Amino acid sequence: MRDATETAVRLRLVYLARLREAFDSSGETLTLDQEAPTIDDVAGRLRARGGPWADELAPGRAVRFAVNHRLARRDDTVSDGDEVAIFPPVTGG
Amino acid sequence: MPVRVQTGDFDAGREIASLRAGDRGVGAIAVFVGNVRDRNDDADVGRLTLEHYPGMTEAALEDIVAQAKRRFDIHDVLVIHRVGALAPGDQIVLVAVTGSHRGAAFDACEFTMDYLKTRAPFWKKERSKDGERWVEARASDDEAAARW
Repeated sequence: MRDATETAVRLRLVYLARLREAFDSSGETLTLDQEAPTIDDVAGRLRARGGPWADELAPGRAVRFAVNHRLARRDDTVSDGDEVAIFPPVTGG
Repeated sequence: MPVRVQTGDFDAGREIASLRAGDRGVGAIAVFVGNVRDRNDDADVGRLTLEHYPGMTEAALEDIVAQAKRRFDIHDVLVIHRVGALAPGDQIVLVAVTGSHRGAAFDACEFTMDYLKTRAPFWKKERSKDGERWVEARASDDEAAARW
């Protein structure tokens, strides 16, 4: 019998710039109980909260993701202990 | 260090001299300096605040510099980007590229800026008499980066 905690994927979420203000949070830990979750799964979990989460992460909204400091695509998988950052399109330079 | 993220100002002349020092094969140095404009989208800008993602910022800039060195026949690249509170007229970013010939140096400089504008984790917040607002990314920046 498989221990349920074996599939737990614990993520450190970081919210930046305008999204930090919209979510009123600079970050949190999120645990997903599924194998090989994707960035899309993370976004879906957050969207389900409703309110600003549903607004900002709705389909078609321009949101960017990074996993362990590298830009990520929505179909990229995340692993236990990863840092996932969520932010608006960048505006440096 | 090929990239620096700092709050303090930089002296472009001194940085260029350091970059090219000891490399007598340098025939061309292409440089871009970005400054804070006093107006954006029809509003007077009072103050600009540059936020960044510590840890990823340097890594993203180093990755862009590495790509520039792979793609263009150049000698060296330096990127300095300021963060924190800036005022109209302040310098924001320096990109300097040394090479044997100007074509590759120009291209690498433009490539580096186009990629920085679309991939490096910085965000600008403007303050004017009307309040604060986050600057929006421009489609023209994505189009510029897509050219490469």
